[in-house]
Amino acid sequence: MKIPVLRLKDILLTSIQVDLTDEDALEFQDDVLKAVERTEASGVLIDITSLDVVDSFLARVLNETAVMVRLLGAEAVISGMQPDVALTLVEMGRELIGVATAINLDHGMEKLQELISKRGGG
Amino acid sequence: METKKVEIKGSGDIVTARQAGREMARELGFGSADQTRLATAISELTRNVTQYAGMGFCTIVDNSDKNTIKIKATVEDTGPGIPDIDRALEQGYTTGGGLGAGLPGTKRLVQEFDIDSVPGQTVVTIVLSRRKI
Repeated sequence: MKIPVLRLKDILLTSIQVDLTDEDALEFQDDVLKAVERTEASGVLIDITSLDVVDSFLARVLNETAVMVRLLGAEAVISGMQPDVALTLVEMGRELIGVATAINLDHGMEKLQELISKRGGG
Repeated sequence: METKKVEIKGSGDIVTARQAGREMARELGFGSADQTRLATAISELTRNVTQYAGMGFCTIVDNSDKNTIKIKATVEDTGPGIPDIDRALEQGYTTGGGLGAGLPGTKRLVQEFDIDSVPGQTVVTIVLSRRKI
């Protein structure tokens, strides 16, 4: 299952709308990193509004994707986590999510722009 | 008494099993948080099967009685077994390169949690239950 990665000016926009297998999740990570490199994007917004399960594996992949994106020199924000998903992740262990988040796509875009301008301004 | 059994051979089966769990939880009247807890717990346990044992089964049973709605999920495999269950239940302990959050995290999501593991046979049983209103 291929997750589309869309380019919007200097931002990459992705929305995970299907229940991912582990292979799908890793392929998504790879696609995002390659797209950042190819497009020289300043930031990536990953929307997970439609995800009703984020287990420890997917949490790790999302976290690591954000860290990797930052290593490439871009910023990453995850938006739209469902309340039940947040609750479950915290119950399982607080170390599971350490990435910048936003309540929805709108706020996610704002936060991403903020992070980008902070980085740009040094 | 409704039962669903999913054969676990690959990562697609993890998705099938957790969706089956969520569906039964919803049908029985569990709230959305509990549906997510059960789906996540099943996801963690069935991933252990694909990661450590290769193949196994996930059986989800409606165990409700007069006063309680109750789902029991049993995840079993014939893999090498868990050599040190106490350590496997410690947050952060892993032999598989993960975060070590799977088993201890799962335990915190459900009301009952039981592991029975010897070489060649591992059975993990979880129960999600709520009093009927």
